[in-house]
Amino acid sequence: MINTVKLIVLGLITLCAMIAANYARDLAYMVHALIIVLVSGGLFLWVLRGVDEDKPAILQSEYMDGVIRAGVVATAFWGVVGFLVGVLIAFQLAFPVLNFEWAEGLANFGRLRPLHTSAVIFAFGGNALIATSFYVVQRTCAARLWGGNLAWFVFWGYQLFIVLAATGYLFGGTQSKEYAEPEWHVDIWLTIVWVAYLAVFLGTIIKRREKHIYVANWFYLGFIVTVAMLHLVNNMTVPVSIFGSKSVILWSGVQDAMVQWWYGHNAVGFFLTAGFLGMMYYFVPKQAEKPVFSYKLSIIHFWALIFLYIWAGPHHLHYTALPDWASTLGMVFSIILWMPSWGGMINGLMTLQGAWDKLRTDPIIRMMVASLAFYGMSTFEGPMMSIRAVNSLSHYTDWTIGHVHSGALGWNGLITFGALYYLVPVLWKRERLYSLSLVSWHFWLATIGIVLYASSMWVTGIMEGLMWREVDANGFLVNSFADTVAAKFPMYVVRGLGGVMYLAGAIIMCVNLWLTVRKAPAQETSLTVAVPAE
Amino acid sequence: MSKKPTKKPEVPTTGHTWDGIQEYDNPMPRWWLWCFYLTIIWGIGYAIAYPAWPGIQSATAGVLGYSTRGEVAAEIAAANARNEAINTRLASADLSTIADDVELNGYATSAGSAVFKTWCAQCHGSGAAGAKGYPNLLDNDWLWGGDIESIHETVRVGIRTETHDETRYSEMPAFGVFEMLDDTQLDQVANYVISLSGEPQDATMVAAGAALFEENCTSCHGEKGLGDREQGAPNLADAIWLYGGDFDTVRETIYGSRFGVMPNWDARLTEAQINAVAVYVHQLGGGE
Repeated sequence: MINTVKLIVLGLITLCAMIAANYARDLAYMVHALIIVLVSGGLFLWVLRGVDEDKPAILQSEYMDGVIRAGVVATAFWGVVGFLVGVLIAFQLAFPVLNFEWAEGLANFGRLRPLHTSAVIFAFGGNALIATSFYVVQRTCAARLWGGNLAWFVFWGYQLFIVLAATGYLFGGTQSKEYAEPEWHVDIWLTIVWVAYLAVFLGTIIKRREKHIYVANWFYLGFIVTVAMLHLVNNMTVPVSIFGSKSVILWSGVQDAMVQWWYGHNAVGFFLTAGFLGMMYYFVPKQAEKPVFSYKLSIIHFWALIFLYIWAGPHHLHYTALPDWASTLGMVFSIILWMPSWGGMINGLMTLQGAWDKLRTDPIIRMMVASLAFYGMSTFEGPMMSIRAVNSLSHYTDWTIGHVHSGALGWNGLITFGALYYLVPVLWKRERLYSLSLVSWHFWLATIGIVLYASSMWVTGIMEGLMWREVDANGFLVNSFADTVAAKFPMYVVRGLGGVMYLAGAIIMCVNLWLTVRKAPAQETSLTVAVPAE
Repeated sequence: MSKKPTKKPEVPTTGHTWDGIQEYDNPMPRWWLWCFYLTIIWGIGYAIAYPAWPGIQSATAGVLGYSTRGEVAAEIAAANARNEAINTRLASADLSTIADDVELNGYATSAGSAVFKTWCAQCHGSGAAGAKGYPNLLDNDWLWGGDIESIHETVRVGIRTETHDETRYSEMPAFGVFEMLDDTQLDQVANYVISLSGEPQDATMVAAGAALFEENCTSCHGEKGLGDREQGAPNLADAIWLYGGDFDTVRETIYGSRFGVMPNWDARLTEAQINAVAVYVHQLGGGE
């Protein structure tokens, strides 16, 4: 019966997508319709072949780890893709000839840049968050994921979203909002997937067998709920045609800009900070085998972070058409946000009290500590850059790019790598990782890569800010814009090299994880059955 | 720390365990808490001092009376006030003798450089070396004249622009598009034109091209191809090319003509600014 319904629905979707592809008004929309035809058609055949098969019984007492294994693989895969595109566009800026004429309109910088940002934030980061949140919520609730195969729908639905977003950028389907580029039809799909994600996560928390909800889950839930709200408000668009990707946003002028940066900054705050703090709060105490430093600190900094972050967006619009009062409030909340952000770093680092010797022997702990250090650095740098006077120098320069990358490569990247190194032996039931010295190689390549990246962007950003404002004795501008571009060339090369090192580290990680699954000795006794701790 | 003989008493945990993770019941670090309080107090103070709290019609102005627009306007007003006297002199200066006035000439050069970098560098390059289709302003090859008055006029009225009645205007026929010359003839003329700069070309083609040139091109480019500044007709004999001097490009130019446009800057720049940029361009190296 359920299979019949599935077949009818999939058949209808395939048919509608075929019609949409036929009437498509633009290339991006047509490509998307064809992808949906392939996916739903494939699913139709897959369901049809399995109609008469008996499903093996699922032990409800066992953790659902298959979807997490898939998430780990997806995280590693999209990570390498995202870093690779990042390296390419870094060199495109240094050497414009790499915007190949034959690939014009597909692989030039303007098309690849959103592909890079979305690949690393939403594909790499998003998969890491979904996979680790599914892992952490099961372990800390002592309950199997709620909703059965809904978790698999979240996983594959999210991969489809990534493919639709990426192909959309390449074929020109974008609403030109930074970090919210996908057009209306892709937004609707993400909304469906995200609601399913919320249901799985919340359902698992509700049926938990532990009395209290662990702090990591607060952060994950804060991330899921807020991202849903941000996504909806910043994508209030009216499609021009049901058969075209173009849409028009409801907000106009400076209101639109404000909504965009309210979204944009909270994408950093809730996706890249709150979500990853959830990851930190589980994997750091696990890897260090130490209790979390302070429960009080975790409560206070959680609520302070959640309350304050949401107001900080206007600092992206200093000295624009945005009214001064909004700009002031954005700046004030950003500065007050400094300590709540640092609360997470303190709780993470102090958890290692009494376990600092592990830094010498455990490269995974080293990675997590470096991650927290970069987190602390960029959450200090952020409030500082939100100060109007500092922003007048830093805004529109590469300093912003350096700031984002010390956070993304340092904090998000390294904590994710640490979590992957922890998860793979557990999920594939191995005694240990294939090689700890390869982890060390990864750590040093990544760290030196980040340092090269961030320092070159500081130098070029501050230089460019100073050159833009340089005036001669009569008060006239000294430099043209092109002068500043030419002056940045050496730093662009250094930045690209930093990216190459970071990418090399990630590839070493993939090899190491692959060999762990294939070659490391098996571990028979690992715990996959849900047992409440108290 | 390890030298301390007395061991710190063990801090209790909260008593919960999740998958083996426990939490200490440590207090929040005092320095952290005090920094947090301090930023909050500072934030309240800042929001009183600067425009911050929105009302229904407007927001609080802040006790300091600061506004970002006001700050920029004050800086611009101060710079303008400082330069007002010399700017008035520049607007009414006689360009041909401006070089003798050291102070005014220096001011005009620095002002002109800023105007150039803001408005002109996009096409002519920040170093004024030009690009394909956009003349190099450093050399002594001028389409419409290289003395300071001509440069001023070109900046003022633009070239082939639709937005100025007095704009400098001329149009070369598209010899290929309008089938005034056939394919062979186009090749021949291109060969001849390139040979004018001393590039060796096929002798028979050049000879045939010369005859066609005589017939079709001399009215604007002159008998020897030296050009005519009255019509903006380029000198074809100086090995300096606006669109390129290779055979294919020259042939393309003859085939389809070119129609380079420059905006009239009197719509956007003040008279003083136009004077300034004329002085700046004139002293770049090629000024006459």
